[in-house]
Amino acid sequence: MGVSGVSGVSGALRLYAAVAAGGFRRYATYRVATLAGAFTNTVFGFIVAYTYIALWDERPRLGGYDLSQAVTYVWISQALLMTCVLMGGGFEDELIERIRTGAIAVDLYRPADLQLWWLASDLGRAVFHLLGRGIVPLVCGALVFDLTLPASPLVWAAFLVAVTLGVVVSFAIRFLVALSAFWLLDGAGAAQVSWLAGSFFSGLLLPLNVFPGALGEVARALPWCSLLQIPADVLLGRLAGWELTGAYAFQACWALALLGAGRLVQTVATRRVVVQGG
Amino acid sequence: MSWGENDDADDDADARFIELDGLEKVFDVRRRAGLLRREKHQVRAVDGISFRVPRGEMVGYIGPNGAGKSTTIKMLTGILTPSGGRLRVAGIDPSRERTRLARRIGVVFGQRTTLWWDLPLIDSYRLMHRMYRVPDARFRANLDRCVELLDLAELLDVPVRQLSLGQRMRGDIAAALLHDPEVLYLDEPTIGLDVISKAKVREFLRDLNAERGTTVLLTTHDLTDIEQLCRRVMVIDHGRLLYDGAPAGLHEVGRSERTLVVDLERELAPIGLPGTRVVRVEGPRQWLAFPAAESAAPLVARIAADFPLVDLSVREPDIETVIAAMYAGRSTV
Repeated sequence: MGVSGVSGVSGALRLYAAVAAGGFRRYATYRVATLAGAFTNTVFGFIVAYTYIALWDERPRLGGYDLSQAVTYVWISQALLMTCVLMGGGFEDELIERIRTGAIAVDLYRPADLQLWWLASDLGRAVFHLLGRGIVPLVCGALVFDLTLPASPLVWAAFLVAVTLGVVVSFAIRFLVALSAFWLLDGAGAAQVSWLAGSFFSGLLLPLNVFPGALGEVARALPWCSLLQIPADVLLGRLAGWELTGAYAFQACWALALLGAGRLVQTVATRRVVVQGG
Repeated sequence: MSWGENDDADDDADARFIELDGLEKVFDVRRRAGLLRREKHQVRAVDGISFRVPRGEMVGYIGPNGAGKSTTIKMLTGILTPSGGRLRVAGIDPSRERTRLARRIGVVFGQRTTLWWDLPLIDSYRLMHRMYRVPDARFRANLDRCVELLDLAELLDVPVRQLSLGQRMRGDIAAALLHDPEVLYLDEPTIGLDVISKAKVREFLRDLNAERGTTVLLTTHDLTDIEQLCRRVMVIDHGRLLYDGAPAGLHEVGRSERTLVVDLERELAPIGLPGTRVVRVEGPRQWLAFPAAESAAPLVARIAADFPLVDLSVREPDIETVIAAMYAGRSTV
């Protein structure tokens, strides 16, 4: 409106780039917390890695992974735990609080889109968490265990694309969880369901390929599969060529569908606030 | 809308820069009645309010809690749709064109910050720069001006969460002004501030209105804000406009009283002076009520001359008292 064409788009891009930069910086201010978090990730990595070693000792090639791949999977999951927010938490707690206190009214009056604003901010956060909470555990794991990590930079690049799509899917799920607070007033319940679903269906507990039969089929078709299972399989070199394209398409479809749903709910919720005053 | 050289049309548009005509907002509230049954009833938060604010005016909008002040402001910004009546701000219907309007107005909610909590103040301003697409030179000039007048230079690199309430409020006011809004809505801008911060904020607002001609609508609980800033005040209660006129007239209509607190050297009999009444005596301290519309000076001089005076202070009536007096005045007139 008013601003048209190219200048409108570039103006919007600059705004959301600034929001993303802010999202990065606001997490970067808490250095000690980041360090403590990376330490925790590493400790958990060791615990889970030894559990996996015990399990794969009993059942070699479980889910088609050999021992080294299985341990690598553990360290990837620790690296992506915060980046892809596998267990929930993050911006949605803040958004739920803003909805509960009515501060959301301030956000709505701004000439910016609520969903894009939070998406940009969450992408900024994800970049920070990949650097601050992802690299340390992966390097520690690689120093102690014999990990199956690719030598080709192309595979690493493919992995980053999958992670990016995973972050968007994760955001879209959490945005919906947060918006539920418009109706539930207290978002804690929805946040817990999302935490439970996330920690199981993302493959954080065990790779989804391990689950046999219908359960496995369902788990691999749900959006949470985009968060960890797909990026991990890309880095392990199990997805390449057309399979990789298919995996990307799977992630992108979920991202679009969930973002679309979020947009719809946002419209309804906004109307509700605008008419009912929250 | 302007038709080129037609000044009359512009004048007319300026005269009703903000225009409310029978504005209403009705909320449906569900209340629990019995175990499962829920009763639905309606609350008329804004019940037919009409007024006009010409461009460049600074107006107070006051009333007790729950009177409908914030609801009106929310409708003026477009984040709440009216249930009835007509509303225009700068010729725009706020709820229909919220985004277009947002570029022309600034809002400060005293109890809610628009600033980025974890980041330095300057980061929030950079964001405003992008959000409102302010040309770079204009942004710089506005920021420099706000920094100077609101005393923000030392605070720009401090994370917002570390700012005091008064500092944060000044930061919020600056944030609302970086895009040169034509209208500024202030919802309780001095709430919780100390005397010095309040004075700073008031001085800034007075200058802003005088120099830039920014139209200001101010809600507050502090009558001193109104008396020092506004030549016009509107009082609202139960969603209706009770009074619209000069701040001084407020006291005449309501016959409200100010209180002179007098500290004497020793306990004395109640000071009986014409035109005053002693409301309370506590040892050497006495509370004298006198009509708010009258000057305290002659009274103070008289007491100082006739009594062993140690100290005194004048207390302004609060908004609730003024409004209560207003109702009382109406029923007796």
